Amino acid sequence: MFTFIDTVIIGLTSGAVYSLMAISLVLVWRSTRVINFAQAGQALLSTYIGYSFIGLFDSYWIALFFAIVLGAGVSALIEILFMRTLFKRNTGPIAGVAPIIATLGLLGLIHGLIGIFMGGKEAIIRPPVSNVGYTISGHTLALSPLKLVIVSAVLFLMISLSFIFTKTNIGLALRASAYSPEIARLAGVKVDAIRTLGWALAGAAGAAAGMLQTPNGTGALSPDSLEFSLLLVLGFIAAVIGGLESLVGAVIGGLLLGLVLAFVIMYVSATLPFMTAFLLLLGVLLVRPQGIMGRKVGRRA
Amino acid sequence: MTLIVSDLCVDHGAIRAVDHVSMKIEQGQLAAVIGANGAGKTTLLRALSGLTPTTSGTASWQGHNLLHAKPEKLVRFGVSHVSEGKSVIPELSVEENLNLGALWRRNASEAKETRQRIFETFPRLEERSTQLADTLSGGERQMLAIGRALMAKPQLLLLDEPSLGLAPLVIAQIFQSIRDLTTRMGLTVVLVEQNAMSALEIADVGIVLNLGRVAATNSAQSLIADPQVRAAYLGY
Repeated sequence: MFTFIDTVIIGLTSGAVYSLMAISLVLVWRSTRVINFAQAGQALLSTYIGYSFIGLFDSYWIALFFAIVLGAGVSALIEILFMRTLFKRNTGPIAGVAPIIATLGLLGLIHGLIGIFMGGKEAIIRPPVSNVGYTISGHTLALSPLKLVIVSAVLFLMISLSFIFTKTNIGLALRASAYSPEIARLAGVKVDAIRTLGWALAGAAGAAAGMLQTPNGTGALSPDSLEFSLLLVLGFIAAVIGGLESLVGAVIGGLLLGLVLAFVIMYVSATLPFMTAFLLLLGVLLVRPQGIMGRKVGRRA
Repeated sequence: MTLIVSDLCVDHGAIRAVDHVSMKIEQGQLAAVIGANGAGKTTLLRALSGLTPTTSGTASWQGHNLLHAKPEKLVRFGVSHVSEGKSVIPELSVEENLNLGALWRRNASEAKETRQRIFETFPRLEERSTQLADTLSGGERQMLAIGRALMAKPQLLLLDEPSLGLAPLVIAQIFQSIRDLTTRMGLTVVLVEQNAMSALEIADVGIVLNLGRVAATNSAQSLIADPQVRAAYLGY
């Protein structure tokens, strides 16, 4: 019984982090129609930025703040330097995919740069609150203060981002610029600035994912850590399962993925999570190609 | 307070789409730009709102240079453009499409007031304000596109083929609204239309484009009466 509850808790917590990664992918997709493969690289970079600030201020929370702000800044810069140029200058047959392929290049670039500058160094981020589980009638649960912090941080971010997207003027401008840049521009929206903002929000969410993921795992930070490969692949799968359009879908996709993987690891085999994730992706796509929360309506001319 | 276009040329690669076009439209006038398919009507309009780069010539509205300005900037000078093919965003609700047009003003109460006036002109939009624009009929979409442009409180309205794909009865209704709005709001309107007769009937002046050049300019009534124009563009 306790094993079951623990598996659920572990699944929901790691799922929450995948959700956050999925949210950042959805934000970029919704605001610029680009799939950002560099997102995990940006998250890793932001986490290293956070790590440096922990050294400076000796406070995880101040470091988290700077990681999020600078993560947003880096993301905005990438949009301005690369995506904007590609979007404007590319009108050929690969116009639609060029920015997406460029993000693959960026992933390699960021990864390489981190390797050069931080590769040999040992970097550890210690949990800001205890990761020792609560004890109930002699049994120590997997549920710890850190896991509670992670889950509530993800829920808070999802709710506030959803609110921004659906209820505010900025959100309306973000959606309009994504669906139809030309009409948005004719309506007076400064589409370039809005696209940059979409990337900045995504960078912030990715930075939060990296900063929460690291202490929840081993705490070790490395350009080649399995945790960041997992973040990229699983965040991406979670976003697609959720329908790529919806923040709520991203969270549901992430939590579902986290739960399934936790149960597979606990009850079947610890070597299967990657394969299981891909099977789940294929299964969902075959049964519901539009994703869990995606709407089926196509665009009419 | 006029729209002055002089010697405007626009090239699409090797093809000259707009060829030394000059025209002058007085404030408060509704000008119909008519001509066959490929006469350069849409290109002319897109050049005026900064969507298409021009080769040479000038265009100014109230002293503002219209060329080389971004469309989002022109809106702030009072120029609103409704592009061809019902320019609404299908994934947004009717109300959101309208609100989009007034976002840059950053004045929610003024936007609400403007929206109410647009609902008075097009009551159908109010009935459907929470529906997605995707669910609207062609005529309703055109009303929404015009409504969105009006949310910016423009002085110059550029309309590209509002009759495209609509039934005759709906066209008549929309053109009547365009005429009423022009008079009531003191707008200056450039109406690009393939449906020459409907456009000339509500217009003050008409400009006939042929292969990118101005073939005739006159008051709308004179153009309707002109045998050559009748034969070439009005079909009788």
